[in-house]
Amino acid sequence: MVMTFSGVLTGILLIPLISAIIILLLPKEKKEEARIIAAMATGMVLLLALGVFFGYSVDDANAANDNGQAYFAYEDHVQWIESIGVSWHLGVDGISAPMVLLTALAGFTGVLISWGIEDRTREFMAFFLLLVGGVLGVFMAVDLFVLFFFYELAIFPMYFLIVIWGWVKTREYAAMKLTLYILVGSVVALIGMLALYFKAGQATGVYSFDFVDLQAAAKAGVFDEPFSPAWSAATTARLWFPAIFIGFGVLAGVWPFHNWSPDGHVAAPTAVSMIHAGVLMKLGAFAALRVGVQLLPEGAKAHLPWIIFLTLINVVYGALIAMRQRDFKYVIGFSSVSHMGLVSMGFATMNVTGMTGAGLQMFSHGVMTALFFACVGMVYDRAHTRDIPSLGGFVQKLPWVAVAFIIGGFVSMGMPGLSGFVAEFPIFVGLWDGPNFAPDAGWLTGSFTYYGLIAVVAALGIIVTAAYVLRVVGQVFFGDFNRERFPDVSPITIYDKIALVVLVFWLVALGVYPRLMAPMVESGVKPIVSMLGG
Amino acid sequence: MNFSTDTQASVIAILPEILMTILAVAVLVYDVIWPEERRVQLGYLAGFGLMSIAGVVWLIGVPPAGGLQEQLLLGGMVRHDDMAQIFRVMVILAGALSCLLAMGVLKLRARGDFYAVLIVAVIGASLMSAAADLIMIFLALETTSITLYLLAGYLRDDDRSTEAGLKYFLFGAFTSAFTLYGLSLVYGLTGQTNIYELGKTLATNGLPDPPVVIALGLVAVGFGFKISAVPFHFWTPDVYEGAPTPITALLSSASKAAAVGLLLRFLLAVFPPPELLGALEGVKDYSAFWVQLAAVLSVVSMSLGNVLALVQSNIKRLLAYSTIAHAGYILIGVAAISTDCSGDGAAAVAFYMFMYVLTNILAFGVVILFANATGSEQISDLAGLSRRNPWLALAMTIALLSLAGIPPAAGFIGKFLLFRAAVNANLVWLALVGIVNVIIGLYYYLVVVKVMYMERSEDEDKPIPVGTPYSWALGISVAGVLLFGTILVTPLLDWATDAAHALYVLL
Repeated sequence: MVMTFSGVLTGILLIPLISAIIILLLPKEKKEEARIIAAMATGMVLLLALGVFFGYSVDDANAANDNGQAYFAYEDHVQWIESIGVSWHLGVDGISAPMVLLTALAGFTGVLISWGIEDRTREFMAFFLLLVGGVLGVFMAVDLFVLFFFYELAIFPMYFLIVIWGWVKTREYAAMKLTLYILVGSVVALIGMLALYFKAGQATGVYSFDFVDLQAAAKAGVFDEPFSPAWSAATTARLWFPAIFIGFGVLAGVWPFHNWSPDGHVAAPTAVSMIHAGVLMKLGAFAALRVGVQLLPEGAKAHLPWIIFLTLINVVYGALIAMRQRDFKYVIGFSSVSHMGLVSMGFATMNVTGMTGAGLQMFSHGVMTALFFACVGMVYDRAHTRDIPSLGGFVQKLPWVAVAFIIGGFVSMGMPGLSGFVAEFPIFVGLWDGPNFAPDAGWLTGSFTYYGLIAVVAALGIIVTAAYVLRVVGQVFFGDFNRERFPDVSPITIYDKIALVVLVFWLVALGVYPRLMAPMVESGVKPIVSMLGG
Repeated sequence: MNFSTDTQASVIAILPEILMTILAVAVLVYDVIWPEERRVQLGYLAGFGLMSIAGVVWLIGVPPAGGLQEQLLLGGMVRHDDMAQIFRVMVILAGALSCLLAMGVLKLRARGDFYAVLIVAVIGASLMSAAADLIMIFLALETTSITLYLLAGYLRDDDRSTEAGLKYFLFGAFTSAFTLYGLSLVYGLTGQTNIYELGKTLATNGLPDPPVVIALGLVAVGFGFKISAVPFHFWTPDVYEGAPTPITALLSSASKAAAVGLLLRFLLAVFPPPELLGALEGVKDYSAFWVQLAAVLSVVSMSLGNVLALVQSNIKRLLAYSTIAHAGYILIGVAAISTDCSGDGAAAVAFYMFMYVLTNILAFGVVILFANATGSEQISDLAGLSRRNPWLALAMTIALLSLAGIPPAAGFIGKFLLFRAAVNANLVWLALVGIVNVIIGLYYYLVVVKVMYMERSEDEDKPIPVGTPYSWALGISVAGVLLFGTILVTPLLDWATDAAHALYVLL
């Protein structure tokens, strides 16, 4: 095995983990130091992530794709648990590089926004950094064991952050619900992963969790052999794809397993909601794509045509429920369910355009939701209520927040010139096109209008989105400001402003200049689509 | 079969037991020599003495090269192989940490006799790991059991402790009788006492099935009792709750580990899957029976243990039921050892036991400290622990996460290996049942974590002091749990794999 070690990604991963330990070792009173260390750690991660993002060579990736090779930039590859075929293999491709950047953005701004936390600051920052480290690990993992390790590692700091610092009324319930949902999904996916590992090992003689090895096995058709000649439809790929895709999809909020997510978002403290909705849900989508679609293309072809129905429900139902909410934070929570449906739907189009759109949507929605939750948190900290009808006129007191929220709202509606359009438009184009090969489930997709119909119905979701975003903007930020009810609305701090500017910058930059990211995502999507036969 | 008569090898094979005997005597002697106020230090002598013996086992305990014959020593009484070594290190380490924990219990810490008896219990457990002869097996089992009956009831003026001792004794004596009957049946059928000889004779002599199966079932009762698998678990919660906590820690770690080690060896040697005896003709296969038995016991232990743990309000009882559930997880690995001869299952079990020993010592260590400070063992009284002593809360959290199987604690790798072994052995259904149980388990572990971190209490500003011996015991176990879950996985797993391979050498 070729051992390479550039150390960049390992560095990105270790900085938050080591900083977490350092913060825990500080004496209890040193709150300011804990914050500064956390800000420095996430700042360094952000700089390194920017370096990785801009250093990623799309040409190299495309060249490797044309040669039919797996391509990962900045690879770190050393042995870890040799006897069971686990190696410390990190790398980023066109899909995960933006995700690493997204995590770094959400982590950095999350620390800034949590500057005001006074209760056990040390532990908060340490757990937050652990969470960021865990999430980064998943995005950078090329070895499935490493992926799973960090996937699980991200769960428990999440639990702590919600249960200790969350919203008093629902935190206990929401934290437990979230943890159990995610864990159930992940262990189901684990069994699927083990099944692939053994299947590939028996066929090739090399037992390895390395994604590259498994993908080679997938290309050789190992997972497409039927279990018995009499029953040719039952292959490893077809049997295990739903387990893996839906198992990870729980974290992406795939209907009907989305239920943990609005509750979790609402109960979590602001910074954690940002990571949670902004990044964690992408974790599920990303893992479902990487382990599910990319390793089991035959399974994807057989099952995605019905899974796309679930994602359609996500999009429309999530938006409708968001429309009905009185609680400001629940609106955003359900809007995440709706937007994440678009991501899964983009994956289910199984063509380059749609999947690229989904990749962009992951980034765009991540930044946008982080911004939304930051805004909600800032309003709630000052108004002490999130009841939409009783709020109003906050544009006078918090102009920065209002502007940021409105920009986020436009992104959410898919307004051209902002990142939402750049992401959602290709998804709909991709949907209209449908897969450019005959999917297996012919009875379902035989008529050419199948994907077109889905596109039409999903577009309804966008209209509803516009309605609820405008409703919230109108009722919270405009109208009359109730001076008696909210006597002391202080302006936001400089840390808050930095966070808002950093997030808004990316939404606008990507909207104005899509080439910043689109070719990169496309280079990551192409090998997947070529495995699907497109 | 001819057994090796190499004197040097024979001494090395039982060197840990010899050293521990010397240590036990030394503790008793110093108990007399040292003045009253110095006797508190006896715990250090016993604890660090045992720890260095564990080090000795690890360093120079390299098994003799060659096959089974070179490794069977002292007339075939013990087998000196990697399996024996890894389980010995586990049990001796568990004994050492229990000694350090005992230094925090007021009524025990200055009593040389207590430490001496504890060391004898460890000697028994250590011999169990290596025993290769029915007589040795029974002797080792009884040495551990009788000393543990004593230790469980050591606080004579405490009703609960006395009750625990008596209860443990009655249950133990009862199941010992079953085991002995089973062993004598096996002996009667074959006329052999060495387990490796026995295995071959049983497989090739064309004996009628019923007596062999009955013997196997009877022996299983004894093992089931030792590892507290359902339905032989009834003693566990009561004894764990009543016994002095350091002894509970020892019961749940050393005694269990040794029994698991012996179980693996016994099943594979006496009732081997036929592939392992490939050279012999007309081999009879009893392994399918015990695989089913292990799978069934595993399912009921996991499920019942976890479900009953959900409703506990006493932390020691909660951990007791969690122990029962963990016996179930371990039995997943036991069920997986027969169908795959690559050693995955046995290696997973050895790895799992190793991390489990450290984890349980850690959990019970925190419980002792907490109980000393508050006088309570109720979970609800753990409230505010993270404010009273954040380190203690963190240590407990790591222990609970390890039990729940969440990284970076070693429990994650342990569970992963067990499920991997099960999938590999075509026991996917068993892995699925295990996974459902992991999720139930996570719930009650998280509830404890939640109480420690989230709930407030009136005593929040009263810190809980941690004495030096505790810092040692907890520090060592925390380091072990975290390191064996991350960067030290490979060395431990490689050792466990070597051990597993030794187990499959039957000829």
